Amino acid sequence: MKRSIVVFLAASLVLFGAGLSWSEDMVQVKGSDTLINVVQKLAEVYMEKNPGASVSVTGGGSGTGIAGLINRKCDVANSSRQIKSSEVEQANNKGLDPKRVVVAIDALSIIVSSDNPVDKLTVDQIGKIYRGEVKNWSEVGGEDMAISLYGRQSNSGTYDFMKENVMFGEYSTSLKSMNGNAQIAESLKQDRSGIGYIGVGYAKEATGIKILKVAATGSTKYYGPLDSMDVKSGRYPITRPLNQYIDGMPKGAVKNFLVFELSSEGQAIVEKEGFFSVPDEYQNYNAQTLGTTGDIRDNSMMRPTDLDTNDGAG
Amino acid sequence: MAHNRLKDNLIHGLFFLNGMLVVVALIGIFVLLVTKAAPAFKEVSLSQFLFSANWNPTATFVPASYGMKSMLVSTIFVSIGALAIAIPLGIGAAAYLSDVAGRRTREIVKPVIEILAGIPSVVIGFLGIVLVGPMIARVFHIPNGLNALNGSILLAVMALPTIISMSEDALNGVPKSFEEASLALGATKWQTLIRVKIPAALSGIIAACMLGMGRAIGETMTVLMATGCAIAMPKSFLQSVQTMTSTIAIELGEVPYDTTHYYALFGIGLVLFIITFVINMISDIALHRYERVIK
Repeated sequence: MKRSIVVFLAASLVLFGAGLSWSEDMVQVKGSDTLINVVQKLAEVYMEKNPGASVSVTGGGSGTGIAGLINRKCDVANSSRQIKSSEVEQANNKGLDPKRVVVAIDALSIIVSSDNPVDKLTVDQIGKIYRGEVKNWSEVGGEDMAISLYGRQSNSGTYDFMKENVMFGEYSTSLKSMNGNAQIAESLKQDRSGIGYIGVGYAKEATGIKILKVAATGSTKYYGPLDSMDVKSGRYPITRPLNQYIDGMPKGAVKNFLVFELSSEGQAIVEKEGFFSVPDEYQNYNAQTLGTTGDIRDNSMMRPTDLDTNDGAG
Repeated sequence: MAHNRLKDNLIHGLFFLNGMLVVVALIGIFVLLVTKAAPAFKEVSLSQFLFSANWNPTATFVPASYGMKSMLVSTIFVSIGALAIAIPLGIGAAAYLSDVAGRRTREIVKPVIEILAGIPSVVIGFLGIVLVGPMIARVFHIPNGLNALNGSILLAVMALPTIISMSEDALNGVPKSFEEASLALGATKWQTLIRVKIPAALSGIIAACMLGMGRAIGETMTVLMATGCAIAMPKSFLQSVQTMTSTIAIELGEVPYDTTHYYALFGIGLVLFIITFVINMISDIALHRYERVIK
């Protein structure tokens, strides 16, 4: 009896020790619902190629991810928006120095039910719809039918991105706050009066929905979010970088994982999951953050200015 | 002898501590909520917090606003709707189980009801999205079924086990002599049940309903998934609503600590705590009255 207890204690000590050494290499990634699938896939392939490496990816929304980074609950925060200056301040107060890496480009897709005859909108019309100023589909060339607004909860980076870069105003109070991209797509499949916004990776996969073409203004051409050229050139007006935030210059396991994500192999996975690979301008920026070339940039808020995409700085 | 007395005292003390622990936890939660909520009222007046229907703490283009009235009304909508469905069904089922059903039926149905109580709320919420929602949309000819009615139906399902088993206990607790006297006077079984047994067990049944309501008001995941979560003031049961619990669940995860928004969420928690506390107290009083009547 006594001996079995000793054995048990010894075994648990060994396991505990193993757990400790294992957790050192464990990379915790948390945040954006838009990024969760693609980062999960990246993590799977990375772990397959590097036995012993361990990456866990959870969701919760960009705000939750950044809060997790600040409270040291994760190593990498997935975020579909840029970090806010208030969050940088909070992080600095806790002795953290958030650095940004751009892992993918998203063309935020405006979707409706496949039964809805409307197939294009301008950015201005989308703003009016979500601000609650346009309430009926007939006002934007559709049937006489009240519009049901589907959006994300306020902890979502996409929620903020829409507000600050597409709507330039506050959401209508009749916005239905959905848990994630998948729930919006699922709801629109059933609701022919609905409109929603989801990451292009989700829009490509979903069935029963229609992806709208969007024009920057009333006098420009309409473009869809699926064509790589239209998105990378910025002709599709609602594109944004998908970011990961880390504390300071990454080292060890975190760095290895980030380097893999940004490698041509990692970027091929990004494209396969329906998003777009990171253009060179951002890759140079990333290389500096990772310390693989050049100097580390002091200001994490700084962004490449030579890239003609809206990157969420507002 | 002395040894035994010491042991008695020790065990007595231990149980006393255990009992006290619960009281301390309750008071602790209350104090925590009050201290965390209090700073919010430096910036928002209490009347604005309770009676303004404008909640937008993350506003960027207009000043932030903290009015919880629409959530309070949403919570009441969903809970009252749930009770309106669950009380008749629950009492009916309890009456059936205690007076009509045979022993074998009862032995099968009772455990099934208890299993119903054990279904995780997230599963019920999922059913709300894929089953109840589309059904409501079809029945009422509306584009989607994510609304207060959906939440009410799901919460009714969740409150039913509590209401049924407590009401059945109350009905079984009515002394046999009441029933026999009624039957001896020539009343039918139905008349005995409706006019004698249910009135005699009424305070127990009320306690059951209040506890069921307590569960409905505090339920989070199900309503979060099924009610659509729109912050607008509800005008009908077919409108999307966002309850107090949903708001806390959605916003507490990302709110920066020690901001007005953070304190305001604790304020909502405090209001919720007070509501459930009052409901539980009412059910407790009702239960005690019932016990006195029976004695």
